[in-house]
Amino acid sequence: MFPTPIEKSSRTWQLSYQALLPAALVLWLLPLIAVAVFSIKPDADFTTGNYWGLPTSFEFVNNYGKVFFQSDMPRYLMNSVLITVPTMIGCVVLSSMTGFALGVYKFRSNIWIFFMFVAGNFVPFQILMVPVRDLTLDMGLYNTKTGLVFFHIAFQTGFCTLFMRNFIKALPFDLIEVARVEGVAEWKIFWHVVLPLMKPALAAMAVLIFTFIWNDYFWAVVLTQGAESQPVTAGITSFNAQYRAAYHLMSAGSIVAALPPVAMFFLMQKHFIAGLTLGAVK
Amino acid sequence: MSSSTEAATKASWYKRNEIAATPWLFLIPGVAMFLLYVIFPIFQSINVSFYDWDGLGEAQWVGMGNYEELYWDDAFYVSLRNNLIWLVLYLLAIPAGLFIALFLNQTVTGIRLYKSLFFFPFVISQVVVGLVFTWFYDPTFGLLNQFLAVFGIDPINVLGDERFVTYGIIAAGIWPQTAYCMILYLTGLNAVDPEQIEAARLDGAKGWKMLWHIIVPQLKPATFIAFVVTIIGALRSFDLISIMTNGGPFGESRVLSFYMFEVALSEYGFRMGYGASIAVVLFLIMLCFITYFLWSMYKDEKGGR
Repeated sequence: MFPTPIEKSSRTWQLSYQALLPAALVLWLLPLIAVAVFSIKPDADFTTGNYWGLPTSFEFVNNYGKVFFQSDMPRYLMNSVLITVPTMIGCVVLSSMTGFALGVYKFRSNIWIFFMFVAGNFVPFQILMVPVRDLTLDMGLYNTKTGLVFFHIAFQTGFCTLFMRNFIKALPFDLIEVARVEGVAEWKIFWHVVLPLMKPALAAMAVLIFTFIWNDYFWAVVLTQGAESQPVTAGITSFNAQYRAAYHLMSAGSIVAALPPVAMFFLMQKHFIAGLTLGAVK
Repeated sequence: MSSSTEAATKASWYKRNEIAATPWLFLIPGVAMFLLYVIFPIFQSINVSFYDWDGLGEAQWVGMGNYEELYWDDAFYVSLRNNLIWLVLYLLAIPAGLFIALFLNQTVTGIRLYKSLFFFPFVISQVVVGLVFTWFYDPTFGLLNQFLAVFGIDPINVLGDERFVTYGIIAAGIWPQTAYCMILYLTGLNAVDPEQIEAARLDGAKGWKMLWHIIVPQLKPATFIAFVVTIIGALRSFDLISIMTNGGPFGESRVLSFYMFEVALSEYGFRMGYGASIAVVLFLIMLCFITYFLWSMYKDEKGGR
């Protein structure tokens, strides 16, 4: 193990390491801690200039209550859910199919189709802005959640195909051979042999897509406008315009907007990290 | 009756060619979506960049006109310069991530929770990161200036000063990116061969020497991924700029992706053609990296099977 395990080092270093850990963590998360503190302060603290002192009163319920009951925030949150969940499902369905096709079968154009997905996924997506906005307008889907979902599914399929294909390629191929010898139809091999083995990869991919799409801002601004279809990342800017200089409410709003992916991460930590670090180890 | 015989011949054709046909049937939906929304638009963008077009009316062919205008456009060079600064400084996230990973690669109680909390910034949307850092830099109450005041330094308006603004935004971007690199390296460190370390220890290697000659080479796959995602992240930077400064002050914090958005979709008018030409330049920069990435992956594939 590198660096040298702490148990094998001197007592003083062990103790200082234990003290260093929380100190480093607080320093690392300082900007976030500041926002969390802001979000429970009363309005008066900001007008009197008490930015960093202790809150004069504890206004957790009040501030978050305002965010949930007196603003468009719940609508934006709902929009985010209605954009994120269908995208997640669409990506899982499409990429388990493409990943299966590219990971199991050998045919001449296989590697080129795979590289098309990978290269498309690396493209700075701004180059797609003008044509995709135009396409969405032509389909009558501009400023709808559906329009956003379609684009997200298509674009994320690139990343997801890379992910699924590499995962399937690492599965034992004998299983498929045996099934073929038994005369099992190819689609049944997909459904009964490969799909069950893909479960961990599907879970990892689903949480990653959830986070990526929930946090998307660029496409939300390009393809939607207004509270009826914008997700929370775009909504937070209009929320902030509404409560300009009301730092306690802006902080509470930001925390609410950031929370779902954070919750997802802590609940599905193992899958999340497995997904992000796929390929980091040979 | 006829339909059932048709179905039968179809089935038999499918049966005879099952292994050749199945991958294509599985690929069709995904490939179709990807072509429609990703591959074709790349070429459409390149095409649009030769026109003068407001997005609604008739497009006017102007040939290289948009690129010629870019050549004389100072704002374009500011954006290009900032993009290069982003690229170079963003890469600092890789060593930073490695050092945090080394710091956390221990087995004391509660270390798992520490690791996840250190990873935290990556999970938060860039919009929120942008807001948080805007307040952090605030000249009247921001923590940064409170901190500087302790040392008797006058407040700095990071986001309002054209000398500092790009660096200020990049620092905000490096924060989550470092967290990502850290998690990659933590996974990589887990898989480092303990026998090699023991052997090197017996040979008297330790500290920096050990890190550089024994550990870092074994972390190569993690470094490759960290490099790929960091480069892509740097070139896609948009959210932070839009939230923190909206390109200001005086357009000094623009990057190409932001400038093209401004030209094509904001109050500066709907100049789709000009915007597309900026996107094409960004694409060409990225193409150098994409070619390199694909080439590395291709070599890997050849070696693999």
